[in-house]
Amino acid sequence: MTGAEVLLEALVREGVEVLFGHPGGAIMPVYDALYHRRELRHILTRHEQGAGHAATAYARASGRVGVVLATSGPGALNLTTPLADAMMDATPLVAITGQVPTTAVGTDAFQEADVTGVTMPITKHNYLVTDVNDLPRIVKEAFHIARTGRPGPVLIDLPKDVQNDTFTGSFPEAVDLPGYRPTYKGHPRQIERALAALRAAERPVLMVGGGAQHAADPIRRFVERTGIPTIATLHGLGVVAADDPRFLGMPGMHGTVAANRAIHEADLILGIGLRFDDRVTGDVARFAPNLKTLIHVNIDPADIGKVIEAQIPVVGDAAWVAERLADGAERLRIDPWWRRIRHWQAEYPLPFPEDDVLRSQAVIKAFGEATGGEALVTTGVGQHQMFAAQFYPVKHPRSFLTSGGLGTMGFGLPAAIGAQVARPEETVILFDGDGSFQMTLQELATVTKYRLPVKIVLLNNGFLGMVRQWQDLFYEDRYSEVFLADSNPDFVKLAEAYGIPAFRVERPEELGAAVERTLGEAGPVLAEFRVRAEEGVFPMIPAGGSTEDMITEPPEEARS
Amino acid sequence: MRQRHVISVLVEDHPRVLTRITSMFARRGFNIDSLAVGRTHIPGVSRISFVVEGDDRTIEQVEKQLNRLIEVLKVVDHEGPRLERELALVKVRVEGIEERIELKEIAEAFRAQIVDVARHALTFEVTGHPAKIDRFLEELSNYGVLETMRTGALAMDRGERVIKLRARREAV
Repeated sequence: MTGAEVLLEALVREGVEVLFGHPGGAIMPVYDALYHRRELRHILTRHEQGAGHAATAYARASGRVGVVLATSGPGALNLTTPLADAMMDATPLVAITGQVPTTAVGTDAFQEADVTGVTMPITKHNYLVTDVNDLPRIVKEAFHIARTGRPGPVLIDLPKDVQNDTFTGSFPEAVDLPGYRPTYKGHPRQIERALAALRAAERPVLMVGGGAQHAADPIRRFVERTGIPTIATLHGLGVVAADDPRFLGMPGMHGTVAANRAIHEADLILGIGLRFDDRVTGDVARFAPNLKTLIHVNIDPADIGKVIEAQIPVVGDAAWVAERLADGAERLRIDPWWRRIRHWQAEYPLPFPEDDVLRSQAVIKAFGEATGGEALVTTGVGQHQMFAAQFYPVKHPRSFLTSGGLGTMGFGLPAAIGAQVARPEETVILFDGDGSFQMTLQELATVTKYRLPVKIVLLNNGFLGMVRQWQDLFYEDRYSEVFLADSNPDFVKLAEAYGIPAFRVERPEELGAAVERTLGEAGPVLAEFRVRAEEGVFPMIPAGGSTEDMITEPPEEARS
Repeated sequence: MRQRHVISVLVEDHPRVLTRITSMFARRGFNIDSLAVGRTHIPGVSRISFVVEGDDRTIEQVEKQLNRLIEVLKVVDHEGPRLERELALVKVRVEGIEERIELKEIAEAFRAQIVDVARHALTFEVTGHPAKIDRFLEELSNYGVLETMRTGALAMDRGERVIKLRARREAV
């Protein structure tokens, strides 16, 4: 067996079914071996970044490890953004990159780059393979590290000569990583303390994040039993169904007034699988000023106490801990607290004018109603992303795939591809903006190549809308380099050029038919919605602010 | 409150392991005052000691972020009674016999050895707590210091306390 064949055998043994990638010189032995391995499906993207984000979305939609292949130098470097993205958003990913032969490493050879050096800070771990007999062990360790603990990306840099070398070793059954033993079982005493604190709390809230996506069942049971007000971060959307009466929405910069006020007044926060990032907390010193007890459940001890001090830290797996919490919890007697929350919800819904202007919010809401929140949604980054988080009623876990921590524009289209590959029977909707979409639009070719029936909802406002919104609010309307409309392509023709049916919508009265047409297509479709450019995402807590600084409605002059 | 901590880290003796650690320190804005690294009696295991300054929260993060690294086997903050030793080589210019005698006296006071003698230079070797070395260098600063090399502090708990590694193999 050659190193390339060993790699594929090791991948099959890890249960891999799909690879995303792009070939090139230094990875050709692997691609040659792949030619004979029919049980491994390879999705060819048009750029390595696309492959990386597709593998990320595949991982998050399926709960499995995403695998991405690239060649040395530029190929591998094009993976840096997806790797950093997966690192921030705790996504299990294994990246395999070709490298120049070991004899040429360090000589500035053609397409050589120090990929293990470059990716060190943006991977959970990485390997440079120098001996083919180490390969099965390294692959096994890479998958183990990627999917356990706080999941993350692991890169294996594989020199070309090692891919060709003859293997004389064996495949290990177990991993031996003495320095890596994540804690899964939360300490029983901490769980007892958490339950006691919950019983005593007057104004408790539950906050769930991306680390709770696999724990939706026990968390829903816990919410059902306790009746606790529940808030989900961007990555926590879907852990609890959006239509659950206990669900208050998203917290933080573009969160709902009810969620942010509830955090502001809460005396207890039970946080499961989140890391209190600055988009959630704003000014840390003024975050949750009435908080007496933070119960922070996270599998990564480093995320506990990093931003907010936890009175009851629980290091452990969200699902394991949530099961115990659900078993031990009882109904909370918090009627007065709920009355306050219901008052905020009634006073501050997420409104937008229902007039004769086509707005992103209305488009997303219409898709939400038509699909009942059942679709698998991906987004780019920007205003449309926040509108999608606010207005798409995510019903199921692992169903809202977005770039949160890194905020990677261009994430949406390749993510839709990965999501559709992971869950071929489901409706995948991409909500994207014209700016974000153009960062990875070459992947329309991938949609066409594999006939992936993704529904591309392009919310075209002709601007880099989120930057423009900040310029509106904080830079006295100086719209520095955010205008795109003068040079955007004709998106309908563009999609058609890739063989994807497309149409344009300009009037609100066309919306119903447009939604029906989009969802009615058997294959892929691009629906371009010409939406109002001046629209802003509200409520908004300016960066570094607190709930008290919340802007609940657009400033007067910005309204229609 | 900012305090000086000496942290020992046992690591797998792999290529780039030191880079992983120092890159993490740099990335997270932790300052290393000194660093020393060497092999241990356990095959494949190296030991690194850091001197870092920070408040409790920072030190807690330093330890947690170190523990996050796959090749880090054990992290210990030496908080109890500890031995701390550093070695320095210092080359000093000497002009006359008087200076030579003065320098010799300083060396004796610090139990430093003269390890090399030349017509216009003396080289001292001094071992001890980093603070002692600081003081020695301060004394020498009145003379013509030509070159200094310090190893960084090594640390070990006093008494019978030791840093133990867990049993190696664990099936998954």
